[in-house]
Amino acid sequence: MIKFENVTKIYTGTSSPAVDSLSFSVPTGEICTIVGPSGCGKTTTMKMVNRLIEPTDGAINVLDERGEMRNVLEMDPIVLRRSIGYIIQQIGLFPHRTILENIGTVPKLLGWDDVRIRRRAEELLEMMNMPLEFLDRYPHELSGGERQRIGVARGMAIDPPIMLMDEPFGAIDPINRNLLQNEFLRLQQEIKKTILFVTHDIDEAIKMGDKICILNVGGILEQFDTPAAILSNPANEFVDDFVGADRSLKRLNLIRVEEVMDSHPPLLRATQSVEEALGYMREKDLRFVYVVDAEQRLKGYVNKKDLAGKKGWVDEFTEPAATMIGIGTSLRDAFSEMLVVDYANVCVVDTQDRVRGLLDIGMIQDAVTKGEALAGASQKEEE
Amino acid sequence: MENKGASDNIVGADHENGMNPLKKKGKGNHIDSSAPPHVVDRLGGTVQANGGFGRFDFPSTKSIFGWTIIPILIAVVLFLVYQRLLLAIEPGSMEANIIGSYDIGFEPVKDAVIEHIRLILISTGLAIAVAVPAGILITRKGFRDFSGLILSVANIGQSIPSIAILAIFMGILGLGATTAIFALWLYALLPIVRNTATGIEEVDTNIIEAARGMGMTDREILFQIELPLAFPVMFGGIRTAAVINVGTAALGAFIGAGGLGTFIIVGIPLMRDRMILVGAILTAVLAILIDWILGKIQDRLVAPTAST
Repeated sequence: MIKFENVTKIYTGTSSPAVDSLSFSVPTGEICTIVGPSGCGKTTTMKMVNRLIEPTDGAINVLDERGEMRNVLEMDPIVLRRSIGYIIQQIGLFPHRTILENIGTVPKLLGWDDVRIRRRAEELLEMMNMPLEFLDRYPHELSGGERQRIGVARGMAIDPPIMLMDEPFGAIDPINRNLLQNEFLRLQQEIKKTILFVTHDIDEAIKMGDKICILNVGGILEQFDTPAAILSNPANEFVDDFVGADRSLKRLNLIRVEEVMDSHPPLLRATQSVEEALGYMREKDLRFVYVVDAEQRLKGYVNKKDLAGKKGWVDEFTEPAATMIGIGTSLRDAFSEMLVVDYANVCVVDTQDRVRGLLDIGMIQDAVTKGEALAGASQKEEE
Repeated sequence: MENKGASDNIVGADHENGMNPLKKKGKGNHIDSSAPPHVVDRLGGTVQANGGFGRFDFPSTKSIFGWTIIPILIAVVLFLVYQRLLLAIEPGSMEANIIGSYDIGFEPVKDAVIEHIRLILISTGLAIAVAVPAGILITRKGFRDFSGLILSVANIGQSIPSIAILAIFMGILGLGATTAIFALWLYALLPIVRNTATGIEEVDTNIIEAARGMGMTDREILFQIELPLAFPVMFGGIRTAAVINVGTAALGAFIGAGGLGTFIIVGIPLMRDRMILVGAILTAVLAILIDWILGKIQDRLVAPTAST
């Protein structure tokens, strides 16, 4: 838990505050994204938590390991910083230190022995799906995405309950950024950290945040709420503008494929005969059907016109599918994938490639319209 | 000539050209009124004042000769000096009295080389002892305001011709090696102070920020992050200082400090070309050798780094 109470920051030499009487709290185990235009004090807000910047006024309380709320302003800054994970933009890995030494920075400062540091570093690399050989490499030998993962691993080295992340994925190309975001969200489900996540990108804020804190220039809190609430019900014109005209599309970010997919899709087994298959397709009025093996793993699909008048087994006429969508993917990513391969429907699979459902464009459309309806309803309620 | 090669020799030249916008921010608040934009050092290399402090940079030996060629070259030159110059000295001649000859040996040459190296080691060692802490100090909070002052003092020291420094301090400290060491020490200060300060200033602000955010104290940041990362630039300054000193030390002979300069200074009025050449060539060889050795040490000590 991180609790801001009327926190104000006025830099010396300026009259207007950079952060103005800010109050909000991040519940334990949630990600709160802070987003806003440049000059809105989002980084300042974050840095006040580990006192890289001292607040002018107010209190910031964090839940310590004994479960008590403590005002960070009354703690020793060095002790405080060592207890909070800190991940910044541009990563800030130490170029003269190996990955092991980088990850071991805070543990070493806290006096862990080398064996324990190495064990923890190995554990973290495994968590990040990275090979253990990386431990003895130097940062410049890694790609940007790999370095970023190490940056995250370093922030988690001592398993801190609270982490501060300042545009951690800002310096990475869009494809890798998306990948890292997804990876991190998956990781967060296991580690359940309390995270303050600064970004200038509203899409990232929506995607990553359990809560979003939208700041305006001068550190004024415009809205603090869940992404869904902000999208469907922006508090004012500023938030509405900031969120953008494509609110409905953005809402797709918040919906997972399993929430809208057809979990009992028509499927054929590879071992079925062509006759059976044609019968099944006629009965269900389908032009093509996905084919799975005995373990329910996706093998491909068959077209009705390819089977017409043929004899034999479905297996022989199966074409490989160009894509499949993993469970947990957001509707937005699934939609964009479908556009890329030009499929009107795709299989949703679990981590073992077993088919769990079917998603088609119509379902996505329904999700958007339903969202609009909800938004309209809640707006009316307010009026 | 002045600017040529400056940009490709200076490590991280792209930073100075502002390709990294984040870095520039950190530099903006730096005070350095005294540094001229370009100072040509006495070896013909270029000294560039960038952003905060500027620094000396010595052309990498790698690009000139390569690493293994140099010892071979030195061996060949030394052999030729021995064969063509030293062995040609007639026993009993005036040259033989000063420099030695094949029948009585070449003790004076050996002594001069040792004396020369002693001058350089002591003066450069003392310069490192003073200049590195000074360079660190002027990058610390609260002392940055004095960085201009310290650098101008060092700059003045550098712009006075070495022979003049020797002459001035001879009046105060008298003749002999002590005066020469003092002058050499003064001379070696600037490159080391500058490079230390620049090296520290050039450490990526994001890296410092990360270190501070993870709970390192100022002291830990200095010793674990700033100094190791500044080391290549710092060491470059030390290397420059040592090599400059080899040449300057030759002038020490004017005030009786000994060293290889003696042969040159005595040889000129006597018009003994062989003697002058022995002094001159050995001084040059010593400069190249010291640069080569320091380069090797630098390669050993510097961790494999590249900007992240």
